Amino acid sequence: MSHESRDSLFIEEKRRLDHRKGRLMRRSRMINSIRNFFLDHDYLEVETPQLIPAPAPETHIDAIKAEGFFLHTSPELCMKRLLAAGFPRIFQITKCFRNNERGEFHLPEFTMLEWYHSGIEYRQLMEECRELILNVSEQLGSPNKIRYRGRDCGLKSDWEKISVSRAFEKYSHLSMKDSLDKGLFDVMMATEIEIHLGTSTPTFLYDYPASHAALSRLKPGNRALAERFELYAFGLELANGFSELTDAGEQRRRFEKERISRQILGNDIYPMPEKFLQILDHMPQASGIALGLDRLAMLYTDSTKIDDVVAFTPEEL
Amino acid sequence: MYNASDLRKGLKLQLDGEPYIITEFQFKKPGKGQSLYRCKLKNMITGLTMDRTYRSGDTFESPDLDERTMQYLYSQENEFCFMDVENYEQTFLNEEQVGEAKNYLLDNLEVDILLFKGKAIGITLPNFVDLAVTAADPWVKGDSVAGDTKPVTVETGYELRVPPFIEEGQKITIDTRTGEYVTRVKG
Repeated sequence: MSHESRDSLFIEEKRRLDHRKGRLMRRSRMINSIRNFFLDHDYLEVETPQLIPAPAPETHIDAIKAEGFFLHTSPELCMKRLLAAGFPRIFQITKCFRNNERGEFHLPEFTMLEWYHSGIEYRQLMEECRELILNVSEQLGSPNKIRYRGRDCGLKSDWEKISVSRAFEKYSHLSMKDSLDKGLFDVMMATEIEIHLGTSTPTFLYDYPASHAALSRLKPGNRALAERFELYAFGLELANGFSELTDAGEQRRRFEKERISRQILGNDIYPMPEKFLQILDHMPQASGIALGLDRLAMLYTDSTKIDDVVAFTPEEL
Repeated sequence: MYNASDLRKGLKLQLDGEPYIITEFQFKKPGKGQSLYRCKLKNMITGLTMDRTYRSGDTFESPDLDERTMQYLYSQENEFCFMDVENYEQTFLNEEQVGEAKNYLLDNLEVDILLFKGKAIGITLPNFVDLAVTAADPWVKGDSVAGDTKPVTVETGYELRVPPFIEEGQKITIDTRTGEYVTRVKG
């Protein structure tokens, strides 16, 4: 390669990273404040392997294969094994990997914050999640609101909570039931509903159909719904949490179902996570949540593309 | 053949037997749900646009498109004739397909013609063309202020505004993307 083209490569890279420098600094502060929050709240920081023999078989989440193993798509299974073994409050900040996901808000390799809290159910976890965001916002010097792409999301007033079925009634031209029957649940969510979520305050969208929550507990009294929620701000999905399913038999049946769906779609079938299933009955009642830190960093740095909050995207390597 | 995961801005697809280009693209994946690919698509023949959302598992044909360098020969009865500079084959576009490009079509101009299944569907002009001014009001020195323009007609019949010092018989460069005057051709 000639000197000129090497130089122009460097010039372009320098320009790009200069543009990102302030964002990366703020991202680092954000992650530090998250860590402080959990350490102050009596959590143990853990690291579980990224290389695992069997990812959770979920219909629409594709793992990346690596020499007989898989790169984990989330640290969920290992963290639940820790819960079962007597670690009641744990958090982890780790890279996760999902094949075929790339867009303005997606990277195939991204940073996840995941935490578990024994003895609480999903509504309490929503409160804890709110507390975390308030705390981080305060430490980043914007305690009252997040300003993103010219719009404000207020943090101090009560955060909106809306059930999935209510959101369908309010924003979609199909009901939740009809959307499920027609196989259009995700399409309606993406095209008609999400845009309305998290506009004046962050929004918790809760009570997902049981078919859309492979690892969460069903709602006592309504087995058609699962105790699962998502956190949205500015139409962007930030976090996914639920009351955890602790019934190994039920979990195995659901995994079988997910595997069949994967097979029907022509996707790879993963080995059953046997060790996880064998210890699950020992796991205490708990709630857990995964929060995408790249996206949170996008909000705190007013970035329109996920590319702007990482040092390098896969295309830049 | 393309999979949904191949979709991106600028990709050309064949849908219902017609060629489309993706002009806007968004990847969506609502919470643990299926991947969705939201596209704005422009029909490369009619120019009409539509919005479509595709899902993982959807597959697409790639359109049989070819771009050839051709020379403009002549027009008659709203048909414009072009000749392939390599194999001398002639092809025709109608007035609607040529659109604004007809303002710049001078005999022997080399252009790129887009073919779909061997049939011409569109034209791409060079960004700049030089054309002679065939009608212009004379320039009266001192009669104008800076920034003034006047209308002229060029040899294709196209009318545009130019600086007052341009006179009949001179050649000017025009930007075919904007239709605007760029400079006077010297010599």
